[in-house]
Amino acid sequence: MSTLSVDHLLGIKYLKAEDIQLIFETADHFKEIINRSIKKVPSLRDITIANLFFENSTRTKLSFEIAQKRLSADVINFSASQSSVKKGETLIDTVNNILSMKVDMVVMRHPKPGAAAFLQQHVDARIINAGDGAHEHPTQALLDTYSIREKFGTVKGKNVVIVGDILHSRVALSNIFALQLLGAQVMVCGPKSLIPKYIHELGVIVETDLRKALQWCDVANMLRVQNERMEVSHFPSVREYTQQYGLTKELLDSIGKEIIIMHPGPINRGVEITSEVADSKQAIILDQVENGVAIRMAVTYLLASKIES
Amino acid sequence: MSQKVLLNQKEVNIILHRLACQLIEKHTDFSNTILVGLQPRGKFLANRLKDLLQSDYNIANVQIGCLDITFYRDDFRRSNKVLKPSTNEMDCLVEGRNVVFVDDVLYTGRSIRAALTAIQAYGRPSSIELLILIDRRFSRHLPIQPDFRGRQVDAIDNEKVIVNWKETHGEDNVYLIKQ
Repeated sequence: MSTLSVDHLLGIKYLKAEDIQLIFETADHFKEIINRSIKKVPSLRDITIANLFFENSTRTKLSFEIAQKRLSADVINFSASQSSVKKGETLIDTVNNILSMKVDMVVMRHPKPGAAAFLQQHVDARIINAGDGAHEHPTQALLDTYSIREKFGTVKGKNVVIVGDILHSRVALSNIFALQLLGAQVMVCGPKSLIPKYIHELGVIVETDLRKALQWCDVANMLRVQNERMEVSHFPSVREYTQQYGLTKELLDSIGKEIIIMHPGPINRGVEITSEVADSKQAIILDQVENGVAIRMAVTYLLASKIES
Repeated sequence: MSQKVLLNQKEVNIILHRLACQLIEKHTDFSNTILVGLQPRGKFLANRLKDLLQSDYNIANVQIGCLDITFYRDDFRRSNKVLKPSTNEMDCLVEGRNVVFVDDVLYTGRSIRAALTAIQAYGRPSSIELLILIDRRFSRHLPIQPDFRGRQVDAIDNEKVIVNWKETHGEDNVYLIKQ
């Protein structure tokens, strides 16, 4: 397979396993490029990309921007907090105004689930979903699975547990889809109040005991508690959450095997993971960030190749 | 579709020896020279020349690299063919070195233009030369000519020159295919 089966990256659920393999193989080439002294290639020099962030982001926004610049694309950045959205402009009006400036591709983060799919139906540009509410965050899942592949050589047959706030997490849903497509077994672990009721229908194992989950897995992906998406409190206190679901060095040492620790960031040190674990050799958190640039370069490059010149 | 043999195994072998001798004439002991095969097909020719220089002309340590030009091409989004990258195998910097680009066929010259940009990621070479097995003359889109050429061929646009190597096809030969 040498081209993606999709014209937009709206979510992992629209991808095939071959698409992910192609993205990984392309990312391998870009990873070599971003480790050179001159990290830039001219492939996308005639492409303009708008990064529309209707929600706060540090890592994803920087990662997309650096990926686009490494490919020599022209980049415009837009943050909702400094825009006419505050004056009552609709999403489509905002985007169409930006597209009138001859933009070829839109990378969008939005607090509403389905925003990227909605946009794709109404505007004429390639869309990359950089996170839509608690729905999907496809590039995060791609870089997470790419990091697992890099560590183990394959994702197939690995046991991966996603720990924490599954209910409010777009990272969890995209990761479940991507891991399953690539042949991994997926478990979710967290307090019952933070695990969606019907999640077992996706074919994942549900576990509430962190120790058992760690003993089962090869990789633990620790998620942050998304306080900003909680309208009501889902657990008694942060202290209690940390006692039951915080990953400590003692707990990690006691399970009798070495596992890989991942975190999509931002980390709440001392809540879901201690500093000692986050900074340990088992944690590949900074590798994930580096791989994020290579993956976003690959996705951008592959989708841009489908734009008619 | 018809095909004609342009070079058989014996002729390819003679040409490889001649090209090796021409390289020695210019680069003597190759101490400051690096042969850069352009991926994917220039790699075979570069490896062949390296082996020949070592085995028949006692020039040890010929440095070799393989450069992928996919992301530097100027036909991204313009061609129906999907551009599939190959691996870069550039283990050394080319700063201050004499670089010899090695490729099997020179046609429009656009790959060489891309290679001239791509090589800059590895430093500023002292000089760059071009070695080609088959030079399809009168078909250039850019003012690029080889410094070392195996054979010049007149081929029209609907003809294709195919170079087969022992490593991949069991035999060295060059075909002209009419489509």
